[in-house]
Amino acid sequence: MQWLKKLRGGQQSSRNVAKERLQLVLVHDRAEISPGLMEKIKDDIIAVISEHLPIERDAVGISFTQTGRETRLQADIPLTRTRGRSSR
Amino acid sequence: MSAKIITITSGKGGVGKTTATANISVALAMRGQRVVAIDADIGLRNLDVVMGLENRIVYDLVDVVEGRCRLRQAMVRDKRLPELYLLPAAQTRDKTAVQPEQMIQVSKELRPDFDFILVDSPAGIEQGFRNAIAPADEAVIVTTPEVSAVRDADRIIGLIEAAEKERMQLVINRLRPDMVRREDMLSIDDVLDVLAIDLLGVVPEDEQIIVATNKGRPVALENHSRAGQAFNNVARRLMGEEVPLMDLEKESLLNRVRRIFAS
Repeated sequence: MQWLKKLRGGQQSSRNVAKERLQLVLVHDRAEISPGLMEKIKDDIIAVISEHLPIERDAVGISFTQTGRETRLQADIPLTRTRGRSSR
Repeated sequence: MSAKIITITSGKGGVGKTTATANISVALAMRGQRVVAIDADIGLRNLDVVMGLENRIVYDLVDVVEGRCRLRQAMVRDKRLPELYLLPAAQTRDKTAVQPEQMIQVSKELRPDFDFILVDSPAGIEQGFRNAIAPADEAVIVTTPEVSAVRDADRIIGLIEAAEKERMQLVINRLRPDMVRREDMLSIDDVLDVLAIDLLGVVPEDEQIIVATNKGRPVALENHSRAGQAFNNVARRLMGEEVPLMDLEKESLLNRVRRIFAS
């Protein structure tokens, strides 16, 4: 269906947009949190981990993922390279 | 023979619960099953009208529950089929007139004499839904391939999971294969990916549904319409038969060719 895409000027079909929006909205509905709360959780996680380990704050990724009907909160937290000065 | 109690629900209003309940009940009865359809939409009853039995109502579910009549007196027999009954809702009360325990009691009383008890749930997640889901062994969730309907279906699925019912299956209603092909409607797989429950059946959008409701003759009674065929297939699957999904793609192509020649 490549020619359809060209007709739309390379934009996504409404079907694909619908699916993406649905997936995102459901992930939040199921976790029963408001989308704004995501940011708060991210800040809190960064604060707590930073107390124990040096991390790349700007590169932290927090997301909800779904497999079947199970939802997971996943945190991707890169540690900074300079680990020599650990408090241990 | 002890009946299987199936509640047909959706969350979202207007996606086709009542139409599905009416047609699946008819299709099961056409195959010799003993069926009673219960309208749990107290205050906004419609199962009677969709089935074409509105003129025969004397007593209703609330009369039964409040002891003004015996259960059998409220049951309307559909004369078109050997063993199909309707237990109508009240039109003049609201959802608080019945409690979940009473629904369980009524269903218990019916169970020994029937093969299937189908409960038509109202829209929403409040008392009406709780009444409808209380007696269920299994649930059938009806959705259309639209963002708001699927979102509400997901919420309902979550509530039914919490109620620990044995089985949940999905009916995707009002599918338009032409729009799916144009990438302007969610596909069957899109909906299944998101909701992640078993698929019971897919019913295509069909003008004949409106005609059927106008006349009070559910489409499943005749096998002409695509929707009628789809509901009949659903009934067969509920009876344990393996029925492949209808080839909705092929039909669309044929219609397009017809339209070219007609114009």
